[in-house]
Amino acid sequence: MKKSRIRVLVAKPGLDGHDRGAKVIARALRDAGMEVIYTGLRQTPEQIVEAAVQEDVNVIGLSILSGAHMYIFPKILHLLEERKMTDVLIIAGGIIPAEDIPVLKNMGVKEIFTPGTDTRDIVEYINANVALIRGTI
Amino acid sequence: MNLSDEVRQGDSRSVAKLITMVENDFQHAQPFLKELHPFCGQAIVIGITGPPGSGKSTITDRLSKHLRKINKKVGIIAIDPSSPFSGGAILGDRIRMQDLTTDKGVFIRSVGARGHLGGLSRSTQAVVKILDAMGKDFIFIETVGVGQSEIDVIKVSDVVLLIVMPGMGDDIQVIKAGIMEIGDIFVVNKADRDGSDKLIAEIEMMLHLSEKEEKWNPPILKTVGTENIGIDLLWKNVEKCIDYLRTSGEMFQRRKNRTRKEIFDLFQESWREMFFQFIGEERLEKEVEKVLKQNDDPYHAVKRLSDIFKKKLFKGGE
Repeated sequence: MKKSRIRVLVAKPGLDGHDRGAKVIARALRDAGMEVIYTGLRQTPEQIVEAAVQEDVNVIGLSILSGAHMYIFPKILHLLEERKMTDVLIIAGGIIPAEDIPVLKNMGVKEIFTPGTDTRDIVEYINANVALIRGTI
Repeated sequence: MNLSDEVRQGDSRSVAKLITMVENDFQHAQPFLKELHPFCGQAIVIGITGPPGSGKSTITDRLSKHLRKINKKVGIIAIDPSSPFSGGAILGDRIRMQDLTTDKGVFIRSVGARGHLGGLSRSTQAVVKILDAMGKDFIFIETVGVGQSEIDVIKVSDVVLLIVMPGMGDDIQVIKAGIMEIGDIFVVNKADRDGSDKLIAEIEMMLHLSEKEEKWNPPILKTVGTENIGIDLLWKNVEKCIDYLRTSGEMFQRRKNRTRKEIFDLFQESWREMFFQFIGEERLEKEVEKVLKQNDDPYHAVKRLSDIFKKKLFKGGE
């Protein structure tokens, strides 16, 4: 019988000091029936991409507060391409200024959830878009 | 190139994909496992078990680093519990293994137990096989945090390390049946805390109470995983244990039991599949209704389902 659980890597790139937001998201995704792989603070782009490969995730959620997203995200996207992880949904959250959002989306970050987003919206977004990638709708 | 060839070449993306297939759709994965089977049996499988928070991930991380120094390739299966309500899970064992992530000689997979009891997931044995076929020398199975009777790990491992810590309870806890019986090696982690000597004395006592004439006396070792204290000595003891298991024939016996379990599990699984193929969810639901509403009982329900099953089986099912 086929039972495909959505697997999500929640990753904290860069030098953020806390991960409260990431934990709230992880918990919400767990309660929505997803398997969340959480790798802890201060992850390098290489660590994030390698963990995503080994865990064969459907989604990578990048949480960043430090302001280094314009520097770190392109690196992650580049490495993902190198490893041919092209069927993964990349989303991000944290402190990301409005003017950076279109630039990041242009690079391949599919959606950005800023503070105040209802976790139910994130769950819904993931469910819909993973289904789209899997070709089941 | 075929998926199983790529797995044998050690391609981590293919390994990861096949593990997902094993977890989600076992029937679909079976042909690949069949192709990999002849290349399995080289790796030594080490079970790491113990209560939540005793330091299983940290010890696994430390032992893996030790093995990498002597150029051994390592696979890690880290199992965490799934929510009984949503089926989701937070798999957090990688937090303690961050530096291993980018080491090409290490492959880590976090696995949700997905409702399987016993401390493992249903697919654990198949995942071991995949990591074995990709050429790992040692495979660690880190169980969910266990209580007293989650002892499945002994059925899939060559060696079992039981990680405990001071402050678990009084001395009667250590002579209860179950988890305390399956350790080939006892590791008292967080040994810098109060009560570790007392715990060692209690485990020793428990082992001496045993009337069984054992050729292998499980050593009890102190570690402080976070400080990397006691890890070298721990590994020396693991090696000694592997030697003993090999020369005494115990390793062969354990692997024989493992194979028996594997065949039986696969058989059970294929019957389960057939149940849904021949009878189906809908028919099952009808029986459930009958038992609930009328004065019927589950025993008659099973009889009726068995009759349908037999009829279909002999009428051209496989």
